[in-house]
Amino acid sequence: MKLPIYMDNHATTPMDPRVFEAMKPYFTEVFGNAASRNHSFGWQAEEAVEKSRKQIADLIGATPKEIVFTGGATESNNLALKGVAEMYAEKGNHIITAATEHKAILDTCKRLEKSGIRVTYLPVQTNGLVDLDMLRDAITDKTILVSIMYANNEIGVVQPVAEIGKIAKERGVLFHTDAVQAAGKIPVNVIKDNIDIMSITGHKLYGPKGCGALYVRRKGPRVQITAQMDGGGHERGMRSGTLNVPGIVGLGAACALCQAEMPEESRRMAFLRDKLRSKLESQLDEVYVNGTMEHHLPNNLNISFAYVEGESLLMGINDIAVSSGSACTSATLEPSYVLKALGAGDDLAHSSIRFGLGRFNTEEEVDYVAGKVIDVVRKLRELSPLYEMAKEGIDLSKVQWAAH
Amino acid sequence: MAYSNKVLDHYNNPRNVGSMDKSDPNVGTGMVGAPECGDVMKLQVKVNPETGIIEDAKFKTFGCGSAIASSSLATEWLYGKTVDEALQIKNTDIVSELSLPPVKIHCSVLAEDAIKAAITDYKQKSALHKTESVLVS
Repeated sequence: MKLPIYMDNHATTPMDPRVFEAMKPYFTEVFGNAASRNHSFGWQAEEAVEKSRKQIADLIGATPKEIVFTGGATESNNLALKGVAEMYAEKGNHIITAATEHKAILDTCKRLEKSGIRVTYLPVQTNGLVDLDMLRDAITDKTILVSIMYANNEIGVVQPVAEIGKIAKERGVLFHTDAVQAAGKIPVNVIKDNIDIMSITGHKLYGPKGCGALYVRRKGPRVQITAQMDGGGHERGMRSGTLNVPGIVGLGAACALCQAEMPEESRRMAFLRDKLRSKLESQLDEVYVNGTMEHHLPNNLNISFAYVEGESLLMGINDIAVSSGSACTSATLEPSYVLKALGAGDDLAHSSIRFGLGRFNTEEEVDYVAGKVIDVVRKLRELSPLYEMAKEGIDLSKVQWAAH
Repeated sequence: MAYSNKVLDHYNNPRNVGSMDKSDPNVGTGMVGAPECGDVMKLQVKVNPETGIIEDAKFKTFGCGSAIASSSLATEWLYGKTVDEALQIKNTDIVSELSLPPVKIHCSVLAEDAIKAAITDYKQKSALHKTESVLVS
């Protein structure tokens, strides 16, 4: 076993060596511009791009023509929201999203609000899921788009996407989903799930960074999006710019591998994740899993270790790469807004650790991680005045704290 | 973020971890911070009532590594000081000793506040204790 151990696969995944092999020729040998229509260099590049388009479409139940290549999921999300807002401005000016979305959605919505779009940010229930009745009530005759993520990047909960899509369809509203964490990990099907627009990216499914895609439905309904960059009119006019052929080849190869290996891989991820969880829960008291485990990514475990601050825990497990929802680990010095949205209290957000398992983690690594985390939590609880007070039977929620 | 060697040392080998009897009239207890802010420090001093010198200091901290290091360092510095000398410890001394980056300055402020709270508590208790002694005699 090699140290440090990488267990932060929601942030990014290592590239699968098979993906890298597939990409290699497209840097030096097959370097043509896929838009060059009159020589073999261009045709070869175009052929590679079209193969990738099919691989991506196959993974998500779409047709190749519905795939628009982008520079990553942030661009895909921006293009979806801004492109729909602009294209459907005559129909309405209202977008519905959720409080636990990624910043690429929330900040795009904030920007749209400045230009006159009204945005409803649905709260989530304590289990992390959107309340469907609340969604139904939020839709008005001005609503043009519902954007709810498929699976959450922090707490791993999987939203009832098919139901959300059905509700949107019934009301004649488009449905976009950010499927960055879900695609390639769990079955995603744009037809069954009633999805009209969907964002994915390469580097969360063992492919390259800097290459993503947007699924844009062509039939029932035919979705139109206003391009956000002017240029050569690539990608059916929705996204100009010379195609990143090696990246696109990598994204396609990564999707094909995910599709072929998903049944086996998702079983293995769930086994490792459950083992990690049961080890932690059997050795430590007062640990709380964040987000429902009933509708959950197989590779995610987000867990709060009460009375221990997340950054100090990360410091003690410095040969393991994971993330925390603690304020101290964020650029804004605010604890995770996703965990806050669950309403569990800021203290549990400060105490949270996100374990993101991936294709290359082993059972030996999981055993090591569990052992190390248990040791450090115990050590830090010896240091914690809160743990001491809790053991004395003091109700911490009733204490008058000298907040600063 | 990279931690300084001194922060790492205090984190890995925290000094004077523990708790003293709060009801002891010679013990002053300071508790500052709040769980929802992500840091709580409890700092205690035991003062010799004859000399006014701090003879023991203990801490427990819920917080990041820099908060743990700041309070651990504070207990080291308190040993052998008079209560008035202890009040002279400034957060900036802690910042420079531990090479804390700007985002961690609040940890040192919290440690200074904890020292002040512990000393204030001791002074209040000893004043009360003296009054009680006078009343009894």
